[in-house]
Amino acid sequence: MKITIDGHTIEVEPGTTVLQAARMIGGASVPPTMCYYSKLKDCGGKCRCCLVEVTKGSERDPRPMPKLQPSCVTGAQDGMEVLSGNSQRVLDARKAVTEFLLINHPLDCPVCDQAGECNLQDLAMTNKEFTSRFKEQKVTTPSEDIGPYISLNKNRCILCYRCVKLAEQLTPDRVHGVLYRGDHAEISAYIHNSIDSDFSGNMIDVCPVGALTDRTFRFQSRVWFTKKINAHRDCPHCTGKVVLWTFGNDVLRVTARKDEFSEVEDFICNECRFDHKKKEDWVVEGPHKFGKNSVLNINNNALAAPKDVEIQTEKLTLAGRDVDRKKISMRDVPIEQIEENK
Amino acid sequence: MGKKILTEKINIPGIREYDVYRQNGGYQSVEKALKEMTPEQLVESVKASGLRGRGGAGFPVGLKWSFIDKKSGKPRHLLVNADESEPGTFKDRYLMEFIPHLLIEGAIVSSFALEANLSYIYIRGEYMFVFKILEKAIKEAYANGWLGKNILGTGYDLDLYVHCGAGAYICGEETAQIESLEGKRGNPRIKPPFPAVSGLWNEPTVVNNVESIASIPWITLNSGEEYAKIGIGRSTGTKLISASGHIKNPGVYEIEMGMTVDEFMNSDEYLGGMIDDRPLKALIPGGSSVQILPPQYIFKTANGEDRLMSYESWADGGPVTGSSLGSGGFIVYNDTACIVRNTWNLSRFYHHESCGQCSPCREGTGWMEKILYRIEHGQGTEEDVDLLWDIQSHIEGNTICPLGDAAAWPVAAAIRHFREEFEYHIRFPEKIKDRNHFREQPMEKVRQLLAK
Amino acid sequence: MERVIIKQFTQQVNITDEVMARINELTSHYPEGKQKSALLPVLHLVQDAHDNWLSVDLMNKVAEILKIKPIEVYEVATFYSMYNLKPVAKYKFEFCRTACCSIRGAEDLMDYTCSKLGVKQGEITPDGLFSVVGVECLGACGYAPMLQLGDFYHEHMTPEKIDALIENCKQGKVEFYSE
Repeated sequence: MKITIDGHTIEVEPGTTVLQAARMIGGASVPPTMCYYSKLKDCGGKCRCCLVEVTKGSERDPRPMPKLQPSCVTGAQDGMEVLSGNSQRVLDARKAVTEFLLINHPLDCPVCDQAGECNLQDLAMTNKEFTSRFKEQKVTTPSEDIGPYISLNKNRCILCYRCVKLAEQLTPDRVHGVLYRGDHAEISAYIHNSIDSDFSGNMIDVCPVGALTDRTFRFQSRVWFTKKINAHRDCPHCTGKVVLWTFGNDVLRVTARKDEFSEVEDFICNECRFDHKKKEDWVVEGPHKFGKNSVLNINNNALAAPKDVEIQTEKLTLAGRDVDRKKISMRDVPIEQIEENK
Repeated sequence: MGKKILTEKINIPGIREYDVYRQNGGYQSVEKALKEMTPEQLVESVKASGLRGRGGAGFPVGLKWSFIDKKSGKPRHLLVNADESEPGTFKDRYLMEFIPHLLIEGAIVSSFALEANLSYIYIRGEYMFVFKILEKAIKEAYANGWLGKNILGTGYDLDLYVHCGAGAYICGEETAQIESLEGKRGNPRIKPPFPAVSGLWNEPTVVNNVESIASIPWITLNSGEEYAKIGIGRSTGTKLISASGHIKNPGVYEIEMGMTVDEFMNSDEYLGGMIDDRPLKALIPGGSSVQILPPQYIFKTANGEDRLMSYESWADGGPVTGSSLGSGGFIVYNDTACIVRNTWNLSRFYHHESCGQCSPCREGTGWMEKILYRIEHGQGTEEDVDLLWDIQSHIEGNTICPLGDAAAWPVAAAIRHFREEFEYHIRFPEKIKDRNHFREQPMEKVRQLLAK
Repeated sequence: MERVIIKQFTQQVNITDEVMARINELTSHYPEGKQKSALLPVLHLVQDAHDNWLSVDLMNKVAEILKIKPIEVYEVATFYSMYNLKPVAKYKFEFCRTACCSIRGAEDLMDYTCSKLGVKQGEITPDGLFSVVGVECLGACGYAPMLQLGDFYHEHMTPEKIDALIENCKQGKVEFYSE
């Protein structure tokens, strides 16, 4: 089957979606995705970020489709012609969707742990000239305690349903879901229920925004200050292939490895994610590379020997922290006194 | 008097009961269909009738039936859509409340045509009293051998049940209704696959409106060709119109397609003209989701032709000077009605009813409502109207189901035809403090203020 | 905040034999293994049998009966507007306030009822008997203004009819559920 996207023609297998074909082509033709996740079944079609214009339906029925189509759930047809990055209509629609996603988003990136690896942030940055026209009050929902490992901030949620699908497909008992409806819909367990199955930690990785973040990593470091190292261990539950997010010799966080479309390659178990925060537990492979433009590559370059590396920025940052601590300590209880009492 | 197909017998005392219904010719179409016709013949006769779906979209029923997947051998289902929630529409309730057996009769014949052995009627939860009427009628039908195993000794089995919703407009959308019947949240599914291939429990399903199904017995008894003779052009048959608002005789009317709007609105047999003889200001012809029209486009099209009660005539002029017959929910406004308040009101409705699944609808409906609330309450700004226009244009066509379009169109049409009212609200906030301000000072009296 | 409050309400869960028999009848309407489909009608049924609202315990009980996960019940109960997740007034006047009712004076009538009962919209009178809420279109547009009380619609309402209805409620002469 042949499909043409933005003028590039490609051979694909029957059953391929337009989005998958666009990802094969790459470049500016790849639509952004907020809800689609290739590793999860029936996940997609909701956020409307990946809209494309179908200018020719197929060889058999060449009529164009009047409406923009969500590429993640539209199957490729033989002879189909699609405009993605080359269509102003598509770009306008995607920009509008970005605006819709942001109107009730708290825009609290400065205090959000997801900043730097947030899909919504990246999406917003692609519309640089954008200024908000939203003057009304935002919809807000109080946060909820869902256990010691995962922190849930519902205001940031964009209702992509990825975590719900994941809980359905990877864990035996789903205890959370989407409650209420319309713009008051929220991810919740309804009653105080902690979400703690063996694979629940993957919800953090699939969340495109900062709604679900790693509680053990909370406010520990900005992600771009850490060094990202590929490592693995023998794990009876999962493949054990992870990324260690390290600072000096400390492992601050363990996540699954993500590909260039920021999708997890192999889901990892909670034991790997939360219980092995020592470098000794892991066999280090080397630096983890992110997409070309990702802010996460900062600090990740000169990583020849991952063992006992000392990089000046880290030392300075640590020193800076001490200075800061002194600055903000109270005059009556100087910092030195606190250190002594320890 | 026009021809009556659905409501012919509705005024017979006791027609709600099985015995009276049967004595008046009820269930004859089941006898004819099961004993003398094949499912294919039934589908052909419905195709020949030109009957179009009465739920709003106007999709030909026969064509929809012919799409159902009979090859896979999976069980098939008929789902009768009685989730009548479109503001301005209350015709299905009238049928079900007063002549429930007509719907059951239609459902049996239709299920036979689709070769379905398990069918449901999905009724909205608020119509609980109608739910109970239907349940009773179904029990009567079982007791008299019209439902169950081996109906009339023909070997055809059918189980028909009534299922109730619980307060969600979105469940009128066919895939949301299927989800809801499966005991889930009413989130519309992404199409394809269409229900005709993979619907209820992933089995082939046809979803039809109550009025469409209730027309089937007449078509079966009198042939599709006879039905096609009623009406005009591609709008065949009769249509129930629910009329409400500022008119003398609100209620449900059965009309032959092709009647002029003028006759329907002003003759004493039908709506009887405006209440208190105040001037007509606006009209919504097909339930709240369609475009509101100003007086100059109600009785005549933009070309100066008579506007008729038909799908084609109402659509004449497209969204700019036309509208749509939709579900036949006729809402009439006189000069005391405030279009801005009405638009805010409808916007609140769609905001309340959005399922929250896809982002343009979830966020856009709430945003529009908040802006319209501000304008209605005297806090609007000049840019707001253009912003509203921009938001609605980005919702329309970009959502999973038609609720996004339904939320966008009323706002677009109100701005298109009644922009001066929005400007009046924005520029004279002190004059619109009372929500009934147009009762004392209709737009006609204050229009000169805007010119200054 | 709403959710925190919801958790504080408790309710005596009592599925009588009569209710259970009806649940079994409802589930029999769906094929084997599809008993989840009965969820909406069953929730209506148990809500009517439990002072017209659903507590967490009651929803868990429904989940147990239908053999589904509790979250599946919460998801559904919070989606549909007819399920009450906290205690409600005995006589809940649900006024339709969408377009057609609104232009025929539904809002004026709601204001009248509120002032008559001395409550704001959504509040419950101190004796727990009455509340006035606005709901979206109930499908009685031609008979506006109207309100729903229990199963029944009260149409073509006027202030006088409201007075009479309130009086009848106080004397316990109003029927809720149709046969």
